[in-house]
Amino acid sequence: MNNPLHFFSALLLGTVLLTASCKEERKLPIYGVRDTKEVAKADGFTVDTIYQTIPDFKFLNQDSVMITNDQFKDKIYVADFFFTSCTSICPIMHKNMKTLFQDFKSNPDVMFLSHTIDFKYDKPSVLKKYAQKLDVYDPKWQFVYGPKDSIYTIAEKSYLVAVQVDSNDREGYVHQGFLVLIDKDRRIRGAYDGTNPEQVEQLRKDIPVLLDEYKK
Amino acid sequence: MRKLTILFLTVLIFSGMFYSCQTAETIQQDAYYVNGRDLYINHCQNCHGTKGEGLGELIPPLTDSVFMKTNKQKLACYIKNGVSEKLTVHGKVYEGKMEPLNLATIDLAQVIVYITNGFGHQQGMYTTEQVTTDLGNCK
Repeated sequence: MNNPLHFFSALLLGTVLLTASCKEERKLPIYGVRDTKEVAKADGFTVDTIYQTIPDFKFLNQDSVMITNDQFKDKIYVADFFFTSCTSICPIMHKNMKTLFQDFKSNPDVMFLSHTIDFKYDKPSVLKKYAQKLDVYDPKWQFVYGPKDSIYTIAEKSYLVAVQVDSNDREGYVHQGFLVLIDKDRRIRGAYDGTNPEQVEQLRKDIPVLLDEYKK
Repeated sequence: MRKLTILFLTVLIFSGMFYSCQTAETIQQDAYYVNGRDLYINHCQNCHGTKGEGLGELIPPLTDSVFMKTNKQKLACYIKNGVSEKLTVHGKVYEGKMEPLNLATIDLAQVIVYITNGFGHQQGMYTTEQVTTDLGNCK
């Protein structure tokens, strides 16, 4: 160690090795309300955590086909709420979402689900045209239409995104621009502001992290 | 050292010439451009994008110089009253609706100076008088 350069490189190597070994695997949190359940086991009882999950749903998609949760079985997906005639936050949300769609296009485990909250105008044919014009008309990105009750309930109760009809608003609806990340067990693993480029970048990094959880 | 002094003086003279060449109009145009950019960011950028690139076939880009030139007199009407007619930009037809945006005359002039001099265009000044005239000719 008489050469200071040797000493320095040894120190550097040591630091790198230490930090690398210390690095814990990042795991995404699980959001939503939790409950507990007692489960009978051979030697008594154990307590399980019940996480909030996305309930069964049934909506018409852009091809007027009724789709359910089966479509998203063994997939992780990004969900959002929008309407086609929205000019406030939707264009930027979908512009950002489209970049995610393009990045994960070749990954069969990732899907996208956009719900319209304009139950009056956004019929499946309108959604199809919208998807084509956004250049994302692909089974991987589902655009769905449903009755007001079911869409608004699933938005607020399950995806935890606020949506409402507002007659004072020029466009008639107000809603939050969250992109909600759902795992293969229907649990919420993240919510990102779709209008904020930094949060969208975070989502881009979080999708592979979530996928890694399911790799064995 | 002497070389450096000469260089410094030359630069000073040239920049002095450049500034004295700027007329009152171009200074005003620059002011409009800067204010117009703020208005653009607040009111237009969400849909039309930071570079005026638009969105797919839903929202037209603002980068078609031919369109911007031939339709310059209609821009104020488009912004203030919204658009529901079909527009052909870069050879593609856009049929989406644009919501009306109630801007003051001065704001219209500024944002139009920005969009007709940014995004690769160079159409020069657009005054509030021109806005008033063009608004009078809206369909």
